[in-house]
Amino acid sequence: MILQLVVFYIFAVVAVASGVMVVAARNPVHSVLFLILAFFNSAGLFVLMGAEFLAMILVIVYVGAVAVLFLFVVMMLDIDFAQLRSGFMRYLPIGALIGFILLAELLLIFGSWIIAPGVANLQAAPFPTNAPAMNNTRALGDVLYTRYIFAFQAAGLILLVAMIGAIVLTLRQRVGVRRQRIPEQLARTRAQAVEVVKVPLGGGAAPAGD
Amino acid sequence: MVPGLAHYLTVAAVLFTLGIFGIFLNRKNVIIIMMSIELMLLAININFVAFSVVLNDLAGQVFAMFVLTVAAAEAAIGLAILVVYFRNRGSIQVEDIHMMRG
Repeated sequence: MILQLVVFYIFAVVAVASGVMVVAARNPVHSVLFLILAFFNSAGLFVLMGAEFLAMILVIVYVGAVAVLFLFVVMMLDIDFAQLRSGFMRYLPIGALIGFILLAELLLIFGSWIIAPGVANLQAAPFPTNAPAMNNTRALGDVLYTRYIFAFQAAGLILLVAMIGAIVLTLRQRVGVRRQRIPEQLARTRAQAVEVVKVPLGGGAAPAGD
Repeated sequence: MVPGLAHYLTVAAVLFTLGIFGIFLNRKNVIIIMMSIELMLLAININFVAFSVVLNDLAGQVFAMFVLTVAAAEAAIGLAILVVYFRNRGSIQVEDIHMMRG
């Protein structure tokens, strides 16, 4: 189908172009926005491949959580980004050289790629064949919650540790902030709160706390 | 003609190379370096899903999900460290980060 190829090229070209802009943009906020565009186009590639569930997870997790976190940090920190870019041109040649070498090597590998003949029989979790009743999400769930349940739980633990770590790292107790201490208020008794002062005639009451 | 394995692997290779290139290009800016790492992880995920579809094996997609999990955790912890560092030092330049150098 020619349409599929056209859609693939649109997604691929936009993803690669926004990847270039991520590393080359002058303003880090633009970098984050191009990163979001790259994620969206990769999600499109996933849909094209038939991995709809992962595409949606990519949009939710990366765009909804990770990219917004990046945006938050970039906007929150008051950084002189022009000064951070000062060595940009100096590092360009060595970066381009290493990038081209790596890309050439990867493409050489892919150009001569042969899938081993017996590998089709070695599937760990083959996709179910009853096609109309089975979709990608359901098949993935069938495998994930049975065969890979321990790995799934470990992934949950990793997220828990990351959450606790991020909170512990960034939580700070500010000094000098007045805040309401409800337990102390509720624990006050009449003896602590009310004081009866005997006022001598003509002398006035002593200031409180004396 | 349907886009085959080589098409997807090429896109992933280009994205991965861009990630490496970004680390070299923005050596001073930790935030862009972390974004480049995210880009590389995305390229790895494209590879996983492409092979998963071609080999008709769901294990690749399951593993791509775990890569996503770890990427999210890494971004959260990394950015938290960055915020704490900026709060204490007032700078996130890579050259300034040498407290633990002997």
